[in-house]
Amino acid sequence: MSLEVALPVIIPLLTGTFCVMLWRHNVIQRVLSLVGSIALLASSIWLMVSVLREGHVVMYMGNWVAPYGITLVGDMLSAIMVVLTGMMAVAIAIFSLSSASKSHERFGYYPLMHLLLAGVAGSFLTGDIFNLFVWFEVMLIASFALLILGGERAQMEGAVKYVTLNLLSSAIFLSAIGLLYGITGTLNFADISVKLAAAEHTGMVDVIAVMFMISFGIKAAAFPLFFWLPASYHTGPVAVSALFAGLLTKVGVYALFRVFTLIFNQNPDFTHELLLWVAVGTMLTGVLGAAAQFEFRRILSFHIVSQIGYMILGLALFTPLAIIGGVFYIMHHIIVKTNLFLISGITHRLLGTYDLKRLGGMYKARPFLSILFLIPALSLAGIPPLSGFFAKFIIIKAGIEVEAWFVTFVALLVGLLTLYSMIKIWAEVFWKKLPEGIDPTPLKEGKTSGSLAVLYLPVVLLAACTLVIGLHGQPIYEWAEFSASQLLNPEGYIDAVLGGNRP
Amino acid sequence: MEPIMAIVVGLLYAAAIYMMLRRSIVKLVIGLMLLSNAANLLIFTSAGMSRGAPPLIPLGSALPDGPVADPLPQALILTAIVIAFGVLAFAVVLIHRAYNIIRTDNLDQMKDTDT
Repeated sequence: MSLEVALPVIIPLLTGTFCVMLWRHNVIQRVLSLVGSIALLASSIWLMVSVLREGHVVMYMGNWVAPYGITLVGDMLSAIMVVLTGMMAVAIAIFSLSSASKSHERFGYYPLMHLLLAGVAGSFLTGDIFNLFVWFEVMLIASFALLILGGERAQMEGAVKYVTLNLLSSAIFLSAIGLLYGITGTLNFADISVKLAAAEHTGMVDVIAVMFMISFGIKAAAFPLFFWLPASYHTGPVAVSALFAGLLTKVGVYALFRVFTLIFNQNPDFTHELLLWVAVGTMLTGVLGAAAQFEFRRILSFHIVSQIGYMILGLALFTPLAIIGGVFYIMHHIIVKTNLFLISGITHRLLGTYDLKRLGGMYKARPFLSILFLIPALSLAGIPPLSGFFAKFIIIKAGIEVEAWFVTFVALLVGLLTLYSMIKIWAEVFWKKLPEGIDPTPLKEGKTSGSLAVLYLPVVLLAACTLVIGLHGQPIYEWAEFSASQLLNPEGYIDAVLGGNRP
Repeated sequence: MEPIMAIVVGLLYAAAIYMMLRRSIVKLVIGLMLLSNAANLLIFTSAGMSRGAPPLIPLGSALPDGPVADPLPQALILTAIVIAFGVLAFAVVLIHRAYNIIRTDNLDQMKDTDT
């Protein structure tokens, strides 16, 4: 029994259940939510320690040995993702203490949050493709409900698009699972990998690969399937958008990494070449879309899209260094992006709007917040010595090594345009004077107010993480290297899961 | 049997996509329903169909007599139906709420959050 693989799923499920039981006791729910998140982080660190020691941690549900039962597998990539999930859970739980409004809490904010976390952790840890579908749906249904908390017009419009495209993606995923089952007769990742390598490679396999690519591409908001993201992410409550921005699209990216290293690795000339062009389109359209925006959270939403491109680029180049870069980029991105959304929430708390034209004067009134914004913003653009610099550096170096000049050029250009967007936010929100006719009193008063300190705390913690990754990146790089070596040698994963049952 | 099922599945997908491309939000949800049914039938068909061979093991033996139908696809479809039911129930409530708030069922007029 390796309990540490199951705990990151069980803890949020239990926390969510207890929160439902205490439906009317909002204060207890808040405390429970924080405790549950810290427990999730602790269990994920336990998993990470085990994975670093053993390589793969496998648990067979109900002792049905693979490939017959559902398997939970923790390898280095899953462990990294689960630890990041735990960190985001804690950050959001602290932020929610002050940001969640009474009406949100009354309609099940905390139970939904933990159900979402259970779905995310389950997707990262499952070793079974149908089970991955089920966890996706758990995650989706929780995210649907969270997104429309508050029930404003924009939220409804955003939710209609979000729900439709995600259900479409699920239907494509389900069809692809059906066709894959028709070929291999199994659902276990490791077993599929073995059976597919042994089977004759036909055009059907490529078709299924592309179906998975489209389905996960919608979830990851890759070009040209990203339109639901900038239309919906900026509508929800701010803590919810921060959590979505950090984690949800990355589940799609994780699924792409898993499926296109473990299962569809026979024909990289076709599949990974296609991913390469998807990555280029994602980076470019995302960053150009952001350049046209004048709303804090919309700019950040478009930047999620463009950053997803870098991660897919790491996967598409398919060299050891590129995969390291992709994993490193995911780690850096989740922390930075969540942090930027949280900061947008603080400015919204202070001035009551996300519109850049109606914001201003923040640097004069809140210099500390301005520094806190600069750390993730410059990191996102890739300024040394912050985490984003090393993430971009590894991927671009990998691009140069395989002489993919055009792609490398696009990656560099997009970094520059990202800097442009971040400077735009800096100039409009922090640097320029507060526009005429906007009441400056909330900016100045309440300097020592307790509720603001609670909002600052997660932002400070995440900014510290960004600094640590940037200034002391060696262990993080080694983790990414370890996970890349596991991803590129699927034999280890297959042996760990199937054990003596290999055909 | 398979060719007929293949045509049925194809028709269901086509009908689903046609409905989803209409402007009305109600037709969008009908399209989503058809889509999930099409996916379920696709699993059923592609996993192989066999008649009159239930996967039952006779009393006293450890293995079934001769080849039997694969029970797993049916378990998958059952799970998928339950999930689709839950998600579509949410979608129906959502479009009802959306209609109450936005006062239109025309998707072309729901462009405020687009860019």
